[in-house]
Amino acid sequence: MKIHEYQAKEILRKFGVVTPRGVPSFSVDEAVKAAETLGGKVWVVKAQIHAGGRGKGGGVKVAKSMDEVRTFASQILGMQLVTHQTGPQGQKVRRLLVEEGADISKELYVGMVVDRGTQRVALMASSEGGMDIEEVAAHTPEKIHTVFIDPATGLKDAELDDVAAKIGIPAASIPQAREILKALYKAFEETDCSLAEINPLILTGDGRVVALDAKINFDDNALFRHPDLVELRDLDEEDPAEIEASKFGLSYISLDGNIGCLVNGAGLAMATMDVIKLYGAEPANFLDVGGGADAEKVTEAFKIMLRNPGLKAILVNIFGGIMKCDTIAEGVIAASRAVQLKVPLVVRMKGTNEDLGKKMLAESGLPIISADNMAEAAQKVVAAVKGVH
Amino acid sequence: MSILINKNTRVMTQGITGKTGQFHTRTSAAYANGKNCYVAGVNPKKAGENFEGIPIYASVAEAKEKTGANVSVIYVPPPGAAAAIDEAVDAGLDLVICITEGIPVRDMIRTRQRMIGKKTLLIGPNCPGVITPDEIKIGIMPGHIHKKGRIGVVSRSGTLTYEAVGQLMELGLGQSSCVGIGGDPVNGLKHIDVLRMFNDDPDTDAVIMVGEIGGGDEEIAAYWVKANMKKPVVGFIAGVTAPEGKRMGHAGAIISGGKGTAQEKLSVMEECGIKVTRNPAEMGKLLKSVLG
Repeated sequence: MKIHEYQAKEILRKFGVVTPRGVPSFSVDEAVKAAETLGGKVWVVKAQIHAGGRGKGGGVKVAKSMDEVRTFASQILGMQLVTHQTGPQGQKVRRLLVEEGADISKELYVGMVVDRGTQRVALMASSEGGMDIEEVAAHTPEKIHTVFIDPATGLKDAELDDVAAKIGIPAASIPQAREILKALYKAFEETDCSLAEINPLILTGDGRVVALDAKINFDDNALFRHPDLVELRDLDEEDPAEIEASKFGLSYISLDGNIGCLVNGAGLAMATMDVIKLYGAEPANFLDVGGGADAEKVTEAFKIMLRNPGLKAILVNIFGGIMKCDTIAEGVIAASRAVQLKVPLVVRMKGTNEDLGKKMLAESGLPIISADNMAEAAQKVVAAVKGVH
Repeated sequence: MSILINKNTRVMTQGITGKTGQFHTRTSAAYANGKNCYVAGVNPKKAGENFEGIPIYASVAEAKEKTGANVSVIYVPPPGAAAAIDEAVDAGLDLVICITEGIPVRDMIRTRQRMIGKKTLLIGPNCPGVITPDEIKIGIMPGHIHKKGRIGVVSRSGTLTYEAVGQLMELGLGQSSCVGIGGDPVNGLKHIDVLRMFNDDPDTDAVIMVGEIGGGDEEIAAYWVKANMKKPVVGFIAGVTAPEGKRMGHAGAIISGGKGTAQEKLSVMEECGIKVTRNPAEMGKLLKSVLG
């Protein structure tokens, strides 16, 4: 689960990370009031969306007067902000963060993620702050310093001082950096983060270490023990189709193609997307119906796929194990009738009660195209969308 | 022979009183030699009772002592699943197969740290389990789609493993053992560990390795294969079409910043002499082509 920058900063502050003072605002008037409350001469008006690259897209502006705060707030609030992470359609800005300005002398990067290889939390730090860490990793990997944190001991002072020095924090500021990194790790652990990033972590003109930005993702599997964090979820930032799917226990992700896929199992679902592409078309979605699919779930899955106006065909690929093919056939027939399916439907079923399932589909009177294996299914569905027979 | 488990393995179910644990213990006990293999269940609140004739004990240690079971399968729900693994490790079992999906990563980091230096092997979590066809099945895979043979299968995903098995069966190829190592980012045995075992198993002739986007385990396994494997390995990686940064059902299947893409994995595997296919419908055919 993702949260906004201002929410991430609130959490990090509780653990002792120093951030600029700021106030979240939901309207232009609130933004101006926030600036007045903060005082000072310089304010930063920041778009709050769940995507990076906001500055480049025009979603972060420095204001030097109340008039500018008002102007920038009205420009940003409601805009369709396009960044490299939002896709070309962008994301509508509904919230702002107004912060006091900061005197930046140096921009650094620190972040924590779970490293699969060592099975530990990895602290990554770099002197190259304020830019995409992926870019740094690709072009100057030697500028990223990593510490794999021993879960038994946590971050050790020697490790912290070493990494702080390597990214260019002057000796006088190292104790502050040490405390911030320790606080970041504590927050990571106690709130079950899957990612926690401060980019940039800045050094101010007077030598203070401050988190100028913050990004936190939580481990969805651990949300059951954090009801307070679940409340931070902002449904406006999520795909409505994905939200709807999750209500029915379906794992769904929207993609850019025009062939809907309904599959059991995440690996097989990805493989089905791959085989569609291999035969020259693009999948419209990833959809894993899980192990307990019934007529209701399949019908809901069809409805969700059909909300996509670009959908040209549906491919159902099921390997029946515990789940029986006749159950799925029943679901597919009921769903096709319930939604009065107009697009071509290709069904490939294999495994438990395969023959019975196929017979039910054939005798349903519905124009269902049957396939015996994944390759044939993909060829048939691609032919259907391209109008080749 | 086979790897990890065979008809002489004695198994206990942790989480035997839940709906999932009961269903799969019943199905597994009904498979091949299962009736002799499934000897115990664990639930501190139901100790002294039994599940369809399988006695239930208060702890893993007691179940081991009373029945000699040295393998456990875990169906405990996510909040308590990592602790269930810890208990099995502390009792000194040889192998723990954790089926549970949805365990918090932090719990698994802690559990894996505790396992350092212990003899217990872990498969999973979030996996279908292991089957040695016509002998024993431990997990949720459909037993009837398999038959005994000489091909090893190792995979990170469930239904995609069944797909590989289904393709082998159409070509008349049975399996020595099929191992689902699971889709979570922090797990037990990895591709490399299972490939090592297949390499040493005299009854395995060749291996299908099925991977997924995310992490670097397939690459590490591929380099090991190049240096050590005496048997042919073929592979497929799911997720060529997966967009970056999107989670595709499995918590482990997330690509961020270009690391762990399907393309990258496939090229390393090819470089290391593993025949790969980009067509998931051709895993079986490809395996047959290397049998000579």
